Amino acid sequence: MAFEVIKERYMSKVNEVLLGATAENGGSRSHVLKVGGQTTLPYLHFEGEVPNKPIIAMEITDVEPTWPAPLKEMFKDVYNDPIAWAKKCVDEYKADLIYVVLNGADPDGANKSPEECTATVKSILKAVGVPLIVKGCGDEEKDNEVLGKVAEECAGENLMLGVAEQENYKSIAAACMVHKHSLIALSPLDINICKQLNILVNEMGLPLDRIMIDPMIGGLGYGIEYAYSIMERIRMGALQGDKMLSMPMICTVGYEAWRAKEAYSDGEEFQGWGEQSFRGPLWEAMTAATLIQAGADILLMRHPQAVKLVQKNITELMKSNKY
Amino acid sequence: MIIIGERINGMFKDIGQAVLEMDPKPLQEWAVKQQEAGANYLDINTGPNTDDQVTTMKWMVQVVQEVSDLPLCLDCTNFDAIEAGLEICKKPALINSCPADRPKIERVFPMAVKYNAKIIGLTMDAKGIPKNAENRIALAMELVAAADEYGLPMEDLFIDPLILPVNVAQEHAPEVLEAIKQTKLLANPAPKTVLGLSNVSQKAPDRPLINRTFLAMAMACGLDAVISDANDDALMATAATAEILLNQSVYCDSYVKVFKSK
Repeated sequence: MAFEVIKERYMSKVNEVLLGATAENGGSRSHVLKVGGQTTLPYLHFEGEVPNKPIIAMEITDVEPTWPAPLKEMFKDVYNDPIAWAKKCVDEYKADLIYVVLNGADPDGANKSPEECTATVKSILKAVGVPLIVKGCGDEEKDNEVLGKVAEECAGENLMLGVAEQENYKSIAAACMVHKHSLIALSPLDINICKQLNILVNEMGLPLDRIMIDPMIGGLGYGIEYAYSIMERIRMGALQGDKMLSMPMICTVGYEAWRAKEAYSDGEEFQGWGEQSFRGPLWEAMTAATLIQAGADILLMRHPQAVKLVQKNITELMKSNKY
Repeated sequence: MIIIGERINGMFKDIGQAVLEMDPKPLQEWAVKQQEAGANYLDINTGPNTDDQVTTMKWMVQVVQEVSDLPLCLDCTNFDAIEAGLEICKKPALINSCPADRPKIERVFPMAVKYNAKIIGLTMDAKGIPKNAENRIALAMELVAAADEYGLPMEDLFIDPLILPVNVAQEHAPEVLEAIKQTKLLANPAPKTVLGLSNVSQKAPDRPLINRTFLAMAMACGLDAVISDANDDALMATAATAEILLNQSVYCDSYVKVFKSK
């Protein structure tokens, strides 16, 4: 008897979300990127379509970050210059896009004005052709001002702006809607809040295909299994026709991985752990590889070597396994 | 839960009159109203006021499709009328209905396959509606076998175990619930199950209460679809809540609203 492959038939698919806009659509990007669109669980090419590969956005900040040594080592020449940093990520490390974190806006830090932050984003737009993801500093009030300004001044670029949360989504959702950007909706490892937030944002008038889910993750060893199972449930919801869970997912891989002591510790305490310059990037790469299996569509990453490993992993995963 | 809006039926006075006068307005108003309330299909029943079922069905399908893009559930005992409707349906339709009666199976199943339509199969034959679950299941099995025989995908067969009014045939309700449970075990993938819900409350004083209570009970037994009043808000909220409690959809605070908008 011939071997018969059992295939699941899903009634729905993940939304496709576009990042960036070229000149003909009112932006200035050299190309646009597309994520989502899957009609099956991650990389079951034999069962359904996986039309778009997951993409890697490399993280840069507008003020010098206090990152662990292996990261500092890689970027020491550009640490103070977000524009050069962005260029390096794109030219040398082949980042699909750039993730700009405007930490400089923090009222308890450099307290840069919305105008200054916007100028930084605009210079990065000039320096690189890839689409951008722009995130605020984490102070709600300030972020609403800063991201509102960025959205307005960069109207038409289809930036991906973040983040909207259940207690603070109106201002940023409105800015995305009016000035034609996409939005990251962040929920705290909670599928119910995730769904509710998508509904709230959508009710403000932002189309579902301009929303990206940030499910919040834990790094490897720090609760990644919770993130994994939430992401699995979100993806099953999407495939089973739940429109309010049908968005692609974005994960703060670099941020979480480098918060783990296995990545940031210089090794003095833990002699047996080996070289940090090797261990740290591996920790980040493994975090990313795990989340890709759970359905991550955009990975926000830091270390070039981790990026390289994950790029290789993605190429392997995108090879057809059709029967 | 698949909600099949029952309102465009010639048995209702306004629709019956509209069919007689070929006035599209009441049909179109109800189509829009039911769609807005969250119906997933619109039932189209020609009713008793017409001599020419074929022409009436075609006209009804046409005028409803002018205002709504929902798939239709063609509800008629005249299979030529159903076929005339299927020919012009823009989306795969649901045939309402086919009993477990060989000559009718032979007429309806090939037609469904030809037009890519789904079928509501009734657990009754020439002898009528069985009294217990066991005999209902025996008839359901005949319909399942027919789906297999004619190549109708099992998910496109909706078994209706036929609920009778509780005020005159109380003993049927638990049998119907049992039949729903067992129907889901007849094949893999399982056939779907459906009820003409409003029948359970015929001539009882608080019909909506009986309808929505029975709906929740039937959903717990595996009911997939219901022909009912999509504009009964409490009924729709009950369906939404039962889905949540059965873990069929992911909870969120606005779940009732989402249910109606999907």
